[in-house]
Amino acid sequence: MALRGASALFLGGLLLLLAVPAGAEAVFQEVTGRFTLEGRYFPQSSIQSGQREQSLSVVGEPEVYLENEAGQGLLFKPFLRYDSADTRRSHWDIREAYGLFFGEFEDSEWELRAGIDKVFWGVAESRHLVDVINQTDLVEAPDQEEKLGQPMVHATWLNDYGAFEAFVLPYFRKRTFQGRAGRLRTALQIDGEQTSYESAAKQHHLDLAARYSHSIGALDFGLAWFEGTNRSPAFSIALDPGSSPVLVPFYEQMRQISLDAQITTGAWLLKFESFWRDGERNALSLEEDYLALVGGFEHTWYGILDSDTDLGLLLEFLYDDRGQRSTAVTEGDVFAALRLAFNDEASTDILFGIMQDLDKPTRSLFVDANRRLSDNIALGLEGTAFLNVDDEDGQFSLRRDSLLQLNLTYHY
Amino acid sequence: MNMFSLKSAALISALTLSAIMLLSGGPLAAETAEEKGLRIALEGEGRDKGFGNYTADQTMTLRNKRGQESERNLKFSVLENEADGDKSLIVFNRPRDVKGTAMLTHSHKVEDDDQWLFLPALKRVKRISSSNKASSFMGSEFAYEDMTSQEIKKYTYRWLRDEPCGESEEFTCWVSERSPIDKKSGYTRQVSWVDQEEYRVWKVEYYDRKDSHLKTLTVPSYQQYLGKHWRADEMMMVNHLTGKSTRLVWQNYAFGADLDDSDFTKVSLKRAR
Repeated sequence: MALRGASALFLGGLLLLLAVPAGAEAVFQEVTGRFTLEGRYFPQSSIQSGQREQSLSVVGEPEVYLENEAGQGLLFKPFLRYDSADTRRSHWDIREAYGLFFGEFEDSEWELRAGIDKVFWGVAESRHLVDVINQTDLVEAPDQEEKLGQPMVHATWLNDYGAFEAFVLPYFRKRTFQGRAGRLRTALQIDGEQTSYESAAKQHHLDLAARYSHSIGALDFGLAWFEGTNRSPAFSIALDPGSSPVLVPFYEQMRQISLDAQITTGAWLLKFESFWRDGERNALSLEEDYLALVGGFEHTWYGILDSDTDLGLLLEFLYDDRGQRSTAVTEGDVFAALRLAFNDEASTDILFGIMQDLDKPTRSLFVDANRRLSDNIALGLEGTAFLNVDDEDGQFSLRRDSLLQLNLTYHY
Repeated sequence: MNMFSLKSAALISALTLSAIMLLSGGPLAAETAEEKGLRIALEGEGRDKGFGNYTADQTMTLRNKRGQESERNLKFSVLENEADGDKSLIVFNRPRDVKGTAMLTHSHKVEDDDQWLFLPALKRVKRISSSNKASSFMGSEFAYEDMTSQEIKKYTYRWLRDEPCGESEEFTCWVSERSPIDKKSGYTRQVSWVDQEEYRVWKVEYYDRKDSHLKTLTVPSYQQYLGKHWRADEMMMVNHLTGKSTRLVWQNYAFGADLDDSDFTKVSLKRAR
């Protein structure tokens, strides 16, 4: 939707790119994808008028992949959701559409991806703190796990000293927000039409990023730098055309350096993510550079009670040195979860956890369970409960939006 | 070495140590059962040396007690690495909900293996613990430790006896036992039948931590590749405690594929198909 011009440019560009070195037709092609039927149920009545207790959604996400003789590939993966309750949650996106090239040069390996892609950085489970390349597709899920496709040129250079990556990000994607009738929204409606930017180039600001990562024995780490448009907006109050008060997103220019690291030893995973960020406004609308971190561990007991079941314990602390002035809801929180993996034919697993604010009573509980029904069909259950939400808390508007969600997915 | 070759499984390998021991130690008569067990394992591994790399497709058929079946489809790539341990890449194709998921293993001769999982939905590469050894692989009767490279030094060996390989076999087999050194293994010992002609594994009995006979693996047939390397066409693992079984069928073995270290990195893992 928002990326018409840029995406057309990119798609054209990468088609050209692929055609040039290949000069031959695809030797391998594959069409796969999924359809998901999703039902949501909100047990508590809504705060806003027009919001409903249940909704039904359908999602289609096909994937087409072509590969030439040299192994170079072209991938296209659009995404479409129709939601019965929220017109803003009904949306489409191009999740991925890129050309992939790679090769070797002396003792190094290189890889180039050009187009729309998704990049993940980090190791933590409770929050993807340092993961900054892709915008969050917030209407998809409140846990911010879903991302919008990001136009980019992404080059990687890999040798015995590690992987060096450079990212050129020529177009900025706006975060998606719930519509008027959608649940899980802010008290005041967010008016994306009035979105403003610190950069005069607006969505066309050229964002840049670089990352160095390596594995040395038990340690995997990544050191990264990003300079460009903050994926997470600040908000100001304004009036919409109908003179109702609304929240208007404002995207600053920011700079961050980050470190993510994991030590894997025996059945223990020790995890750490941290960034230092400059240029972002705090809750008082003043620019303040700050440090945020997530640290913790995951420990797994394999084959508990003489069964095939594995039990994992996850514990993570989240911190933001702005404290009360933080715009994040996880400014001083602890996350604890249990993961049961049954290792059965249906790959049944259940994750159950809690996120507790350390200086407010706010707490959320969540559950995520999955089971395969057949070779093509899988069932997922997700639940989130927002409890004791403090009226000072950023999640205050979600206090009656606890939900249960059932997904039935057909993979082909 | 890789078990799937089963040229590796219990059993197999590289001469160096035992050759030296034999040469300097004098006649075979002085050999203990432990030395003989190790010698067979080393010789077996040694005979498979130089395979370089290969790719192969695997179909796994899981069968439960009631006879219901489900299928998994995987693609294997293996790179021989004499300096440390072999490297392997497993890409999942079926069931469809895990399609595109890939597991990279850098095995080590002595230390724990390094393992990474690529999750395509998040495009996330996750370093995972290799202490999952005893856990079931994809709900099958094969454990992770049966699916990854089994380095000689991670076991102790003991030759038990010689006997015919099976009812219809013309071969004589060495029957030896190996015990995993790692306490995280699900087994106390594995008893294997290895033929004296070509060092192929025809049968393995797995004993769990309580030393009860947990599973039996049988290999009905082998094929030879590049005039040297024997690989099983099929394997059958039966769990005696649960009555469940898993049948593996190997197809499209391609030795000497164009693979090197750069195909077994965290970067290449993200483009594995």
